[in-house]
Amino acid sequence: MRQAPEPVHIIKERRDKALAALVEGVPYIRTLGVGFDRRGDELTAVLNYDDKLIGNPLLPALHGGATASFLEVSAIMELSFHILWDEIENGRLDADTLTPETLPRLPKTIDFTVDYLRSGLPRDAYARARVNRSGRRYASVHVEAWQDNRDRLFAQATGHFLMPDRS
Amino acid sequence: MASETADKARIARQFIEAIPFSKALKMSLDEIGDGLAVISMPYDEGLVGDPRTGVIHGGAVSALMDTCGGAAVMSHPEALAATATIDLRIDYMRPATPGERITARAHCYHVTRSVAFIRAEAFDSDEARPVAAATGAFTVTRG
Repeated sequence: MRQAPEPVHIIKERRDKALAALVEGVPYIRTLGVGFDRRGDELTAVLNYDDKLIGNPLLPALHGGATASFLEVSAIMELSFHILWDEIENGRLDADTLTPETLPRLPKTIDFTVDYLRSGLPRDAYARARVNRSGRRYASVHVEAWQDNRDRLFAQATGHFLMPDRS
Repeated sequence: MASETADKARIARQFIEAIPFSKALKMSLDEIGDGLAVISMPYDEGLVGDPRTGVIHGGAVSALMDTCGGAAVMSHPEALAATATIDLRIDYMRPATPGERITARAHCYHVTRSVAFIRAEAFDSDEARPVAAATGAFTVTRG
């Protein structure tokens, strides 16, 4: 007989807990004011607007460094969440007992290139990352960020990452 | 001519120290003039990217590099006070030592009518081994 599927709230709770443990472990994510929306395994990073993110007060426009940070945070979270997802869904890690010590190690940035397409407006911004290649040691990730209109990107980036040892 | 350069340096310093995001990361302008800028940032728990090691997030180093690159452009004799980043590439050579101040040095090595090119490096207390290196292109606004 086929096993009954898990109740939906149990699955959701497990996945949300895993994401929260990952996000809460990184102080710089809180400093920037970044949150994550999850739909299945798809993440959308949200940069909640704050006056401190401004780089040019005369325009005003978001600081290029805030934009770069937002994109890099999104890329690392995309990679990390997929590593964690595998561990949780395969039952190798328990979402209820995750701590900074039991969470998988984070990928390390090798290089990161940001392409500034238009100035960031003083309002919320969104980003989605796509893992174009993820091998045992290296990964290549592309990130796109937009504000009001998904088709009008204000920045994009490509980065290479050193993947944590998974033995 | 000398006073004009000094004037430009003063304007750049005021401008940079008034940037909200740079202020939030407690950046300070250490040197500026003639297309060269040195900006540093203290270690802070709020900048940590890896809780297990206490190493600061690459994004925070990028923010420092971007600010320093922009400052170098603004201090260039041929550029003017406003600039925006077109592109910035950062190579992370090693993790910054937790607890240590990070200092970025940027050089605006070439300026055309509309584009300024920069190179930058970031260091902790070990000045022989850079933490990160960057190259970037910035817009040039002339009066």
